Amino acid sequence: MSLERFINQAVSSWMSNEGPHSDIVLSSRVRLARNLADYHFPLFLKANEAKDMTVQISEGVQDGYQLERLEMEQLSPLQKRVLVEKHLISPYLADNAAYGAVLLSESEDISIMINEEDHIRIQCLAPGLQLKEVLEKANELDDAIEGKVKYAFDEQRGYLTSCPTNVGTGLRASVMIHLPGLVLTQQLSRIIPAISQLGFVVRGIYGEGSEALGNIFQISNQLTLGKSEADIVDDLISIVHQIIAHEKSAREVLANTSSIRLEDKVFRSYGVLTNSRIIETKEAAQCLSDVRLGIDIGYIRNISRSILNELMILTQPGFLQQYAGGPLHPEERDIRRAALIRERLQLEENC
Amino acid sequence: MICQSCKERPASLHFTKTVNGEKTEFHLCEKCAQEKGEQYMFNQHFDFSIGDLLGGLFNLNTPFSSQPAQYPQQKVLKCGNCQTTFQQFVNQGKFGCAQCYEAFQDQLTPILKRLQNGNTVHTGKIPARIGGTLHLKKEIAELKAKLQQAIEQEEFESAADIRDQIRSFEKKVLSEGGES
Repeated sequence: MSLERFINQAVSSWMSNEGPHSDIVLSSRVRLARNLADYHFPLFLKANEAKDMTVQISEGVQDGYQLERLEMEQLSPLQKRVLVEKHLISPYLADNAAYGAVLLSESEDISIMINEEDHIRIQCLAPGLQLKEVLEKANELDDAIEGKVKYAFDEQRGYLTSCPTNVGTGLRASVMIHLPGLVLTQQLSRIIPAISQLGFVVRGIYGEGSEALGNIFQISNQLTLGKSEADIVDDLISIVHQIIAHEKSAREVLANTSSIRLEDKVFRSYGVLTNSRIIETKEAAQCLSDVRLGIDIGYIRNISRSILNELMILTQPGFLQQYAGGPLHPEERDIRRAALIRERLQLEENC
Repeated sequence: MICQSCKERPASLHFTKTVNGEKTEFHLCEKCAQEKGEQYMFNQHFDFSIGDLLGGLFNLNTPFSSQPAQYPQQKVLKCGNCQTTFQQFVNQGKFGCAQCYEAFQDQLTPILKRLQNGNTVHTGKIPARIGGTLHLKKEIAELKAKLQQAIEQEEFESAADIRDQIRSFEKKVLSEGGES
């Protein structure tokens, strides 16, 4: 059954490929928010309406896309949590939507959430910096769905959304970016305000309100009105290019000026990961970030780059409990996490 | 999202309680939150709500957002389709349906200006189905911007081309009638 595949594999297959600038940009994502004209927004929707709508929307993408539909009410809290940790659904859809559903592609690069905060949230993902490509894909899906349903659209305000922060394009374009160099050289605190002045936001790995675990940040557009989709994406791309340049020069500076310190940090973290018996999420994330930096710089050669992405997701509480087959106390989780990381790294070394 | 306590009203307060590293999330409406405040918040008084935050952000000097109790006769601004009141919208920060945008149109422009950095008009994608002259109008707006740029850069030949294109589009708009 495909639910099991979505739940058991930590790494979506789209993630195992590399994209442009994969050394720094982990992934690109575009999300389009859409609503149907003739239904109340999800907060005020009745069960039967929600179900009708789910069918209509699924029909829109039936041809040409092989999407699997998962209904939220049929998933356990733990299964939902795993999908959140993989970024396939939002915490909001998992916690709240009684009549929510998600349509997923086999490689998990397409996820269409139904009855989240808006009726439809089309999400497309790709490795590396590929924002234009994912926007194009999301637009195609949008057109396909529009063929079957009538969208709530206003000439002045654009696509009407449940929250006024999404109205207009309904577009949220974002990149997941690994910035250990800028964090170590303490430059990020200077860069973040500059980014927000341009109408973009920097957040932690799991979106709004989340911490920046393992030096991974999410940069996305704040504004959805007054700029076209293409302009928003172009602006984000140019910001990301600048950040990449800064990150690269920070890494160079670190490698040139305090090479032995950096090497020490990388190998200490590697030591922690390969030897610890109890490890918390935060420490694991930090060590994984250091090891990934070590791989990028060339200190560590026998480990694949995707280790950071993979283990970051695999060692989240939901995944650990899914593997254990049931709920775990925080300390049991920390023990499992340590064991899992050790096993995974040993596997790499033996390759 | 509906309040997890009364299961009737929409939840407007969302918070996470962490005990020994174990996180528990709560989603409550304001009424239940006030009633259960002590239970959830360890005796801390609820003197601040999401409504305050949004009300402050929107900062509208209308009787609807400030002390509605003092104006019992005041006509309540309400969406005729989903019955969401403007006050409810301010409290939740969410519209009830697409028609709310029209019902609260006058109040909405200043809110959008604040949230969207001064922008209030959509310039992006248009659904193919809406069609009509809207696509043409959008292209005309884009061409006009290009024309301005061409003039500023003193590229008069291309400016003339763009101007002709704008004229032909404008004719098309007229011939296709006023529908949009």
